[in-house]
Parts: sequence; C-alpha cells; structure tokens
Amino acid sequence: MSGTKKETGFTFTIDGVEITAYAGETIMEAADEAGVYIPRLCDHEGLRHQGSCRVCTVKAGGRSVAACTQPAAPGQAVENESPHLTKMRRDLVEMLFHEGNHLCPICEASGNCELQAMAYRLDMTETTRFPYLEPCRALDASHPDIALDTNRCISCGRCIRASEDVDGKGVFGYVGRGIHRRVAVNGENLADTDAQVTDHAISSEVCPVGCIIRKRVGFVTPIGEREFDKGLIGHEIEARRK
Amino acid sequence: MSDLPKARIATASLAGCFGCHMAILDIDERLIDLMQLVDVDRSPLTDKKRFTTRCDIGIIEGGCCNEENVHVLHDFRRNCDVLIALGQCAIMGGLPAMRNAIMHSDAPLRECLEEAYITGKYIRNTTHNVPNDPALPLLLDEVYPCSEVVEIDYQIPGCAPGGDIIFDTLSKLLTGKFRGFEREMIKFD
Amino acid sequence: MDNGQECTSGLSSTACDVGAVPAEEIAAICQTFGNDKHRMLDILRAVQDRYHCISPSTMDSVAAETGLTRIQVEGVASFYSFLSLTPKGRVTIRLCDDIVDRYAGLAEVVAVFEEVLGIRMGETSADRAFSLEYTPCIGMCDQAPAAMINDVVLTRLTVDTARAAAEALKAGRTPDHLISERYAELTPHERATRMVDNNIRHAGEVLLGPVPEDAGLDKAAAMMPSLIIAAIEESGLRGCGGAGFTTGHKWRFAAAERAEKRFILCNADEGEPGTFKDRVLLTERPHLLIEGMTIAARAVGANEGILYLRGEYVYLRELLEQVLEDRRRRGLLGKGIHGIRNFDFDVRLQLGAGAYICGEEGALISSCEGLPGEPKTRPPFPVNRGYLGHPTVVNNVETFCHAARILDRGATWFHAMGTEGSHGTKLFSICGDCLNPGIYELPYGHTVREILEMAGGQDAAAVQVGGPSGTMIARDSFHRKLTFDDLATGGAIIVFNGERNILEIVEYYMSFFVHESCGYCTPCRVGNVFLQKAIGKFRKGLANPEDIDYLKELSGTIIETSRCGLGMTSPNPILSTLQNFPLVYSAVTKPNKDRIRDTFDIQSAIDGARKIAKRRSYIFDRDFTQ
Ligand SMILES: Cc1cc2nc3c(=O)[nH]c(=O)nc-3n(C[C@H](O)[C@H](O)[C@H](O)COP(=O)(O)O)c2cc1C
Ligand code: SF4
Ligand code: SF4
Ligand code: SF4
Ligand code: SF4
Ligand code: FES
Ligand code: FES
Repeated sequence: MSGTKKETGFTFTIDGVEITAYAGETIMEAADEAGVYIPRLCDHEGLRHQGSCRVCTVKAGGRSVAACTQPAAPGQAVENESPHLTKMRRDLVEMLFHEGNHLCPICEASGNCELQAMAYRLDMTETTRFPYLEPCRALDASHPDIALDTNRCISCGRCIRASEDVDGKGVFGYVGRGIHRRVAVNGENLADTDAQVTDHAISSEVCPVGCIIRKRVGFVTPIGEREFDKGLIGHEIEARRK
Repeated sequence: MSDLPKARIATASLAGCFGCHMAILDIDERLIDLMQLVDVDRSPLTDKKRFTTRCDIGIIEGGCCNEENVHVLHDFRRNCDVLIALGQCAIMGGLPAMRNAIMHSDAPLRECLEEAYITGKYIRNTTHNVPNDPALPLLLDEVYPCSEVVEIDYQIPGCAPGGDIIFDTLSKLLTGKFRGFEREMIKFD
Repeated sequence: MDNGQECTSGLSSTACDVGAVPAEEIAAICQTFGNDKHRMLDILRAVQDRYHCISPSTMDSVAAETGLTRIQVEGVASFYSFLSLTPKGRVTIRLCDDIVDRYAGLAEVVAVFEEVLGIRMGETSADRAFSLEYTPCIGMCDQAPAAMINDVVLTRLTVDTARAAAEALKAGRTPDHLISERYAELTPHERATRMVDNNIRHAGEVLLGPVPEDAGLDKAAAMMPSLIIAAIEESGLRGCGGAGFTTGHKWRFAAAERAEKRFILCNADEGEPGTFKDRVLLTERPHLLIEGMTIAARAVGANEGILYLRGEYVYLRELLEQVLEDRRRRGLLGKGIHGIRNFDFDVRLQLGAGAYICGEEGALISSCEGLPGEPKTRPPFPVNRGYLGHPTVVNNVETFCHAARILDRGATWFHAMGTEGSHGTKLFSICGDCLNPGIYELPYGHTVREILEMAGGQDAAAVQVGGPSGTMIARDSFHRKLTFDDLATGGAIIVFNGERNILEIVEYYMSFFVHESCGYCTPCRVGNVFLQKAIGKFRKGLANPEDIDYLKELSGTIIETSRCGLGMTSPNPILSTLQNFPLVYSAVTKPNKDRIRDTFDIQSAIDGARKIAKRRSYIFDRDFTQ
C-alpha cells in the first residue's frame, strides 16, 4: 500500500488481528483487503451493500452490527469468529434453508452454492430444531435461455442490484412483506422482461444459490469437482493474508 | 480396541433409495476394521427383521413417508441408545419430501397418487388404478424427516454420504472420540 | 398460518383485472400528485379508494407516469395492508383482531358481520359490495371491539350495534351514515368525536390541561434558534415514541449538519398495540402539535414538514387538513411566519396504508419517499441524511406537543416534573381489564400499582407495559416505576386479569410481529415465524422442557442479529413472560416418552390415506379389521 494512503488510514482489530482501514470503508471491506474473511451472503463485490442476510454480524464495540454496512472505526475491537457469533450465523443460514425448499442432491448449484458452502463452513450438521416452512413457490422457465427456481431463492437481492445498477435494467424486484416478501420479475414472467442471458444479473457469480439457472449449461462441471469442493468458502480471501 | 465389548448396531432403510446403505459398503476394506468393533443386529445387511437385543447404535436411512416407516422408526428409537440419521432423506426428507412443497392443493395426497399412478405424463399403468393392496402401508400426509418423528442423536450428511465420513463418524462414535465432522468432509450432495 | 405457504401461480402476483381501468384515469390520478414517484403511496391509495384494486395494467400505467418500473410499483402496492392486488369490495370492513378485542367480544361481532353480509372473514362478496378483514390494533383499544368501515370508525361494537351497522350497509347506507344522519353538516371535530371517544381520564399540567394558543411559538419566534435547542435540552425532554432519545440533542445534530434543506417529520403512526395517546392529541391538540413542529423547524432551520398519519387514523384526515389550512390562513404556516423573514415552513399530511413498521423512523422516511416501508441502513442516521437524503428530525406527536409547551412555560418548569432522567409528564393509554380505560397524563415516576388503582384495574394479574414490544409483568413487579430507567413505555399499558391465558396473549403478539415484519432481514422475517410455531406447541401442550431453551436461544439470535427495532424487540413477549411467568411454560411441558415426539400425530398423518384407501391401518388402528 502506498505511503500516502496509509497516512489517511487508521487501524482497528478483528479477533486481535490489526487491520488498516480508510475513512468510509466498512468493516468487511477493510477485512477483505487484509485477508480476514467475514461470512456473508447478500453482500457481493461490485454491488451496493444491502445488509439483509445478517450472516456477517460481528461484535464491534460491544454491539452486534452487520459488517457489510457498518463503517470501520479507529481503534475498535471487532469480534468475528467467536463460537457465539458462529452459532448465530448458523441459525441464520439454517433459517434460509428452512424458509425455502433446498434439496441439494438434485440442485444444479450444489457444490457452487454459497448458502450450502456457508452451511459447511459454519458446521450446520446438528439435528435441526427449526420447522421446515415448505412454501409453494413457482418455477419460471418461460425465458428461452434462463430459468428461475424460486424454491431456492434466499432473497439476497443480489440479482436486483446487479440488474438495476450494473445492467441498468430492473429485471428483478422485491414484492410483499414479512415472510411473504420475495423476489419477482418486472412483468408476468421472465420472458416478459428484457432479461438476457448475457446480463450481469444472470451471470453465475451473482445468484449465490441455484435460483437463477442458465439453460443448457447445467452440470458441465461434475459434482465433486466444483468450487467449494476445492476449499471452504472464504478461502480465497483468507489466502490474501500475509 | 479388541478387548472392548463389541457394540451392537442396527440399520433400517425407510423412505430412501437404499443408496445410503450402499454407501456403508463404500467404506471398502475398512469394513473389516469396523466389524472388529461391532455386531450387526436388525438390518437389511443381515436380513434380520427384528431386534434380537437392545442395540447401542441404530442407523436410519430415509425419512418417513408411510405408516410402516413410522412404526420401524419408533421401534428403533425404543431399542437403540443412539440413533443416527444417515443421508439427506433421513435428515431432511430428501427427494421424497419434494411432494411436501409441490402439493398444496386441497387434496394433496390424492393428487400425488393420481399423478404417480394415473395422470403422470410418463406413466404406463394399464390398470388405471392406484394400488391399494391391504398389505400396503398407508401413506402419510407428508414426508417427514426422522427428527420430526423421534429424537435423533446424530446425523451424517450427504446423498449418499461418502464412505469416509461414514467410517470416520462411526469409528469415532464407537470409541467415544466424536467431536464433530472434518469440515472438508461435510457435503449435502 | 402465516408462513409463506400459500401458492403463487407465477412469479408476478395473481392478476386482478376488473375490467381494465382506462390509462387516462390513472394518468389523471398521477397528475394530481405531480407524477412524482415520491408520492407513490398517495397515488396508490387514491387508486385503491377509487377502484378497490391495483391491477397489473394499473401498475403499468402508474409506472409509466412516474418513471418507475412496474416491479417497483408492485413492490409498494404489495407491501401495505390497505392496498390490494386483488379486487376488494366497495366497502371494506376491517375488524381489529387484537387480544384486547378478542377479550371484549370480537368473536360474536365477527359472527354477526359474517352472517348479515353472507361472507367469511377474509372474503369479498361476489357483487364486490363488501370485504371483511382482520387488522391489527387500530388504536381504539379503550373502546374495543372496534372496526374501520372504509374511512370511518365504529367502536364498542356489540352484537346489536354490529347487526345494525351491517344491515344498514347492506341496505345501501354509506359508512358516513352509520355515524350520523347529518354527517355532512358536522364539523371535522364533531365527526371525529362522534366516532371515537377521547376518554381523557386524567388531564395533566402540560398537555391536556388548559393550553394557551401558540404561546410557545410566539416566544420561539423571538428567540435565536440555538437558544430554542438549548431550552429543549435543558428541559430534559425525551422522545415519547418509545426509544426515549433526548429531543434537544436530536435537534442539535440536525441543525449542525451542513445542508441545503432540512425536514421535520412527525411520527403519527402510533401502531404499537395498546397505544392510542397520539390519537387523542391529534383530536384535541392538533394546533399544539403543528406549533411544536413549527418550533422545531425554526430551531433546526427546516422549511418543510411531513405529518405521517397512520392509515388507521384516516378519519382524522379532514380535521388535520383543516388545522393546516387554518394555520396557513393565519400566517402560522407558509412564508414569513410571524412576519419573520426566512421563517418559512409548511407541512404536508402523508397517510400510511396499514404497516406497523412505518412507525420505525427509517421506515417512516422510506414510506414518505414513496417506497415500501423498510427501515434504512444506519448509519447514516436521519438527522444526518434522512428524507430524500436531507437532515431530518423525526419526533413523536407527543414530543412535539411537549416542545411547544416547554417553549411557553420554560425548561425549568418542565424539568421539575417527573424523576431524574425522566422529566415532565407522559400520556399513558390504559386498556384491557380495567374499569376506566383511557388516557392518563401523569408525571413520570408513578408505580404500576398506582396507575392500576387510578384506572380501576386492581384485579390485574399481568400488565403489558409498552405494548407487545415492551414487557409483561406480574403482580410481584407492580411496585416498579414508569420511567425510562425502570419500565419504559411509549404509552401502552394493557391490563389482564387472572382469567386471561398468558400463552394465548403471547401467541397473538407473535402473530402480530410475523404479520408486521417488513421481511428485509433474515432473523426477523423467518425467526419470528419459528417463534410463533414454537409457542403454538406450548399452547397445544406438545412442548418439551428443552423447548424452553430453544425459545430463549432463538430469541437471542433474533434480537442480536435483526436490523431494526422491530426484530430487536419482537421476542419480548416470550422472553418477558418466560422470566415473569415461568410456571405458565413449565406447567405445559413434558419430556418425550421413549424419546418419541408427541408433536408428530400419526392419526392425523394417515387420515387422508385412510379415506383414499377406504381401509384402516393394520399398524396404528387396533380395530383395523372392522
Ligand atoms: C417497530 C417500531 C415501531 C415504532 N413505532 C412508532 C410509532 O408508532 N410512533 C412513534 O412515535 N415512534 C415509533 N417508533 C420509534 C421511532 O423509530 C422513533 O424512535 C421515534 O419516532 C422518534 O421520536 P421521539 O424521539 O419523539 O420518540 C417505532 C420504532 C420501532 C422500531
Ligand atoms: S441452492 Fe444451494 S442450498 Fe439450495 S438446494 Fe441448491 S445447493 Fe442446496
Ligand atoms: S434470485 Fe438469486 S440473486 Fe436473486 S435474490 Fe434470489 S438468491 Fe439472491
Ligand atoms: S440420502 Fe440420497 S442416497 Fe441416501 S437414501 Fe436418500 S436419496 Fe438415497
Ligand atoms: S428487523 Fe424486521 S422489520 Fe426490521 S428490517 Fe429486519 S425484517 Fe424489517
Ligand atoms: S452480508 Fe452483511 S447482511 Fe448480508
Ligand atoms: S384497537 Fe383493538 S386493541 Fe387497539
């Protein structure tokens, strides 16, 4: 990092590791640069911060805050990977599994899915105490190149922000309130919108789960050789740490 | 190890595809090590249909889709100290549980049966009837994960779980060393 | 149950084209609001009022007029309870289904409406004349059971009055006529007080006693803005909307922000069940409220204000519009107030449309901006960047009224009342099992017992202080004091006698939070549904002792990870009753026999199959051969 930039920066700690941050940076942005991984689902590089999944909850100055939206503060001690926070995050991830219909064995995203990978990282392996909500959700295969299986949507809103801010389109949006809130498309169905398979919103990196599906390319990479078969989610960020 | 009394194990396949039982065989040559530690009581692997003795560990494949599954699971819970749900079907219903979410009509079960035996696109059923032999167990309204029917002590994820995680977990449980899974071994697919 | 299980046919909500509304008519409505996307809530309310439905083609037209996408319009239309994507009746009857109303005889009243109108709750009649719905607390708790009939309110419903009302409606009378034959001749204030009693039981020195007109504003007009803020700070005034933030500090922060424009927002969303004190201020002290807002505007340098009135209080709209108009006429709003150059301030009325979360200040701002009522990410805080990005002061109705009085009578006068840290008086709205439900203006520091005595609630076995998001206390805590440091409340005090079922109350409150969660963040959206289901297990006697730990742990996760105050307090009904009424829970738990779960009911699980197969179970029916 350049000397001049450092002068305007400040430091704080995450789990005792000293991190440099600059004015206006969030805790997560600073952590990413320093190679400290904070679990996340709704936040995604290049997209506006939303702060809705709450998986990135950390303790900063004694308060629980979302690391993806909370600005870093000089001298603050941030707690990230404590057993207590891991338990909360696991609860949140499990809530997302139970809110939708996640049948990993038949899901095209399995192995590339961030929700699943987060469950692995957070050891979601104990007998659940949460009920399964088993909502009845739609499959939209109207578009020639794209399908949506909203059974797997976790309402992270990444597609909404990618379409609005990167593609300049607005193909997706939220409708409803509370447990009925969900992602819908700008029209009767996807074919009725101006979505294209080349949109950033449709690209494999935006949807963290197996909801947005590009037709005719499924299962190109066999199960067992996929992204998170190679390492835990977050390992790439952690590899940055010197 | 060999001076420990052997643990007694039982297994059952409920609403599953038997894949998880096949996966037990994926332990390969380590099966011999494992057999040093256990005797297998009631199990499709031994073809014993009843418990001959109380067991230390019961291993369940599949969730509950019919009354017989429930009956067997109750029997296992009563006769085993520790119950393990093996594979996604046992853990969360798995593929059979797809009917829970897709059937939200007023008569979900009837529709499910009709689609499976009569109206489904790929069905060739010359009788045009839903099978109804008195010996057939009654279906449940939904497919239930094992943990909704009885208390489950451990679960081994995967569909089917790999031989490694099965061997590792069982051998650690048998020797009292189980402290959770190696993260790299956890797979839901 | 409210868990997202209902089927949706497509990704977009089910269509409701009731013979498409001509696009020109929609365009005309949009035009009334300057085709401004920030007035989306007003536009959609107007569409709903006129056509009783917001159809896909209507949303297309609104989107085209306001420069939005249809999905953005649909996002708003599908958020608010009083807007509807499916056709509703010309008259919609909304019955408050709060626990207080249930205990006041709601079920019988519902039965009458269903019988006379020939439809069930949740239905719309085939001729589209009527819709019957439940709605959470409409702020009439002291005169329950209560209902909204379109824009009018009926209170203290009985089987007889409900029948008379339903029959009159059925015979074609308008809702107005239910209030008075001479409705048209009544003043707005007469109309409001015909519909709803104020029930002022105890008038205090500050708000409900005699209040000279605009005396505070007269003094403030002559003061430097910084001195106004100093006076408010010295008075010790803290926000009356629940959170209790020091009002003077809030004004100071907003004033200190460098900005072109600043805004004063009044929070009249009063949605916390059991709270109805702002209703009375809006009815009896509307001038004092606007006076307070005007003083705040002077103090922080704001030129525009918004009075956000909850949709349930639409019956007060014309009264408030009249007050605003009257003040404009008298030079108390508008340009050059009090003849002071640059003292420009005006207020617009913004109606809500059925969403408790809009009382949260960020959500309130979102709603004023024409968005779904979702809280905003903090920081930035409203005082830094609020309405449309400008520094914004959001205060409760009562807070503004107090501020006006402080300017008149002085900070010391106010500061001397109440207790250390909780200065002045507070309006308490008391309802439930007491003889004299209504409004009590009292200095902070009274004990719960004293208040119960005043209200004739000596039989109380449990008191819910601060509404569902507050605390449920038992007799052994009635000595506790109503202050910010002990038992804080935005005003609600709900009294329950010994015959009430605590778990039933808790279950209702959880269903309230499930209904009112905005759904933005995972823990509140999903976690509250789980809590509600778990309480259902206790209610059915199917819970295990471990379920008590489960309730505590899940509550902990929701409180700690939620994004706004709703999720941070929604588990309170459970946690405070677990703490103060532990026996209620332990008495109904039992361990699983043989570790087999009681929650799984084999008989109901095989019942459907039994009927289809026309035979009994050879395993679970002993008499299966019969
Ligand atoms: C879920 C929720 C609902 C709220 N409802 C109200 C309300 O109806 N009225 C109100 O004045 N404040 C309400 N508040 C508090 C506001 O966010 C805010 O603190 C208040 O309006 C500030 O005004 P005050 O300082 O004058 O109290 C609510 C807060 C939350 C979290
Ligand atoms: S989206 Fe992810 S978690 Fe959901 S079923 Fe697919 S792989 Fe599993
Ligand atoms: S479709 Fe995918 S990207 Fe969009 S909200 Fe759902 S999970 Fe997120
Ligand atoms: S988990 Fe997979 S392998 Fe095991 S029974 Fe179910 S479908 Fe078969
Ligand atoms: S806590 Fe609840 S109301 Fe608040 S933002 Fe989250 S979902 Fe919305
Ligand atoms: S990543 Fe921060 S809330 Fe989702
Ligand atoms: S109006 Fe029914 S409880 Fe408030």
